[in-house]
Amino acid sequence: MNVRSQISMVFHLDKCIGCHTCSVACKNVWTDRKGAEYMWWNNVETKPGTGYPTLWEDQEEYQGGWEVSDGKLQLKSTSKKKIVFNIFHNPHMPSIDDYYEPWTYNYEHLFDAPASDDQPVARPISQITGELVQIESGPNWDDDLGGSPVYAANDPNLEGLSEEQREQLSSVERLVYFYLPRICNHCLNPSCVASCPSGALYKRGQDGIVLVDQNRCRAWRSCVAACPYKKVYYNWFAGKAEKCILCYPRLETGQAPACFHSCVGRIRYLGVLLYDASRIEEVALKKDAELVEAHRSLILDPNDPEVISAARAAGIDEAVLESARKSPVFKFVKEWKMALPPHIEYRTMPMLFYVPPLSPVISSRVNGLVDFDSTEFFHDIDESRVPVRFLANLFGAGEEREVRYALRKQKAVRWWRRARTAGDVDQETALRMLAEADCTPEQAEAIYQLTSLCTFEDRFVIPPMHREQVIEQAQSPQQARSSAGFGFTTGTARSI
Amino acid sequence: MFDTLLFGVLPYVAMFTFFLVTIQRYRQRSFSYSSLSSQFLENRRHFWSLVPFHYGILVVLAGHIVAFLFPRELLAFNSRPLRLYILETAALTGGLMTLVGLTAAVFRRWTTAKIRTVTTVSDWLVYALLTIQVANGVYVAVAHPWGSSWFAASVSPYLWSLARLTPDITTITPLPWGVKLHIINAYLLIGFFPFTRLVHVLVIPNVYLWRKPQVVRWPGRPYPAS
Ligand code: HEM
Ligand code: SF4
Ligand code: SF4
Repeated sequence: MNVRSQISMVFHLDKCIGCHTCSVACKNVWTDRKGAEYMWWNNVETKPGTGYPTLWEDQEEYQGGWEVSDGKLQLKSTSKKKIVFNIFHNPHMPSIDDYYEPWTYNYEHLFDAPASDDQPVARPISQITGELVQIESGPNWDDDLGGSPVYAANDPNLEGLSEEQREQLSSVERLVYFYLPRICNHCLNPSCVASCPSGALYKRGQDGIVLVDQNRCRAWRSCVAACPYKKVYYNWFAGKAEKCILCYPRLETGQAPACFHSCVGRIRYLGVLLYDASRIEEVALKKDAELVEAHRSLILDPNDPEVISAARAAGIDEAVLESARKSPVFKFVKEWKMALPPHIEYRTMPMLFYVPPLSPVISSRVNGLVDFDSTEFFHDIDESRVPVRFLANLFGAGEEREVRYALRKQKAVRWWRRARTAGDVDQETALRMLAEADCTPEQAEAIYQLTSLCTFEDRFVIPPMHREQVIEQAQSPQQARSSAGFGFTTGTARSI
Repeated sequence: MFDTLLFGVLPYVAMFTFFLVTIQRYRQRSFSYSSLSSQFLENRRHFWSLVPFHYGILVVLAGHIVAFLFPRELLAFNSRPLRLYILETAALTGGLMTLVGLTAAVFRRWTTAKIRTVTTVSDWLVYALLTIQVANGVYVAVAHPWGSSWFAASVSPYLWSLARLTPDITTITPLPWGVKLHIINAYLLIGFFPFTRLVHVLVIPNVYLWRKPQVVRWPGRPYPAS
């Protein structure tokens, strides 16, 4: 066992209201710069939809992630051999057209316009060339199903859905969509890291955050192509790759990342997971259908004495272990099995998990009345407006089992709470539902608490990152004390 | 006198600048070492310009380096005409590929609005020097054929004399003006090299070919080789 700790995340999709506050918070803090205007380290997509960049899930096109060939894990987009030929022109590199041309408005014109009969207007100008542009797409062009015959209809996750199901998705009375907020998953087997010819990308050993060393990046842009989630971006001005840094400067000072902190729906949870790094490759080689479970099996129980002693031997701090025991992510992912990794079939072993959304059911009618009388409690999960198959393509590598389990549990908890508060469901039925959903009343209460009544401290259990120890190991604290802070902020040195 | 300045002094100035500035730049402003790829802004013509350019120039450069390092072996190799023809054709093809690619790259930069916004004065300088160098190189290859032999016989000794710090320009002074221009422009390229995007040539990744796929950094431990 090789125990490592990772700051991991859960996004509870049933709570996301699609307000984009997270995206804006991130934009204001990190990407409001030249060359980064088009980047959304955090973005929120409408599903079904084609997302940002357009059709990022289509790996036939983008060749992101890993594949198993000859029993070995191989990057789809590159290899030690291919890189020699592809370094001058990367055939799988998305271009600005796959995202959108960032724009602003020439507001000055409102002040400078010469006197005329017409009211001056601020017209859109490109943030790259400064020329007037016709806006043709944007990061959320298909928000709330806008243009769905083009966008929603081409969602790669619709694969395997029947013609009838596809039609239902967009028929007026049964219309449905949900939101998918996305950041970098800070994967355990990151394809971005593995693809970088310069070794500029790396995973931090102490907390698993994946970063780009800006001083070593040489713009070979392999990472942009290799990340199947398209969460490494190319700064066209600086000539460097950039990505979500999980606000590590905030985490190191005990604050939640900006997108987490600002989340209006309070859908985001963050905490430590302990995992067994020695088994990553073995797990990534499993068959699609086994991947979700195998991925979960990497996660170790922080209450297990054996794990604790192995963690101590690996040098994991006592306070981090303490934090792991309180981790909301551990509960959702491992204890309750309600949160699932996105597109695990890409085999990067993402460490951001999603609780799949419960959607309204397609009600069946008997004699003009809503059919209520069923002994099969969970029948309507199969009649949800979002087909289970669709969610399974997103969160189960096409396998419905795990998604169904997560949805059933959510539903059982809802009915359990209805029995206790609204009283329109009787206690006995609720208990039977819980039992069928593999959930005890205690667990149901805990799920309810953490889902609905969670405070800031419940959602974000941030371990002390011991910045002081990290500094101590690298340089004398006396020196660090007088330095200028994070990143490039170089001190006030005397020149020559 | 003029020849001494151009062929005996300029190379040292160029090489001195080259080493001093590239090392200083790498140590002080490592961030500025980048291939500054513009593929993101324009993806199609990018392929048709940069790929032939790079393959071409690498073949040609390799030829120059071999002729410089192993002049005697090269002359021996060329003693059979067929081998000489093959070598000459390969070199000329490489040169033409470079020229076509370079022209396409300059054209692409000039005509694509997005790419022009990321083009600096130093880029134009690089293009100018490279265009002169490559066009002139192709001219030399056509006007003064069998370069793979005369290079080894007259330019290599001169270059070695420079390397030994005993500059002897007698072997090259009789060469035609086209060849002389090629040599002088090469020194200009080397001298300006450290101030331009060309430094990307020095940081081509090689560790990738034998490193483990994943890179993990731990506080207090040395960075993994990369
Ligand atoms: C094996 C060695 C080399 C590698 C791996 C390499 C790689 C690259 C890459 C990745 C780019 C960026 C292309 C883009 O996406 O826009 C580039 C651009 C360029 N390289 Fe190289 N290069 C090499 C050797 C050379 C040499 C020997 C020269 C010339 C002496 C050269 C001259 C240039 C120029 C002028 C550009 C800019 C072209 C443009 O954007 O219009 N390269 N190189
Ligand atoms: S999602 Fe995974 S592969 Fe993509 S950038 Fe993040 S760590 Fe790398
Ligand atoms: S801030 Fe929260 S609720 Fe709003 S879109 Fe982002 S994740 Fe969803």
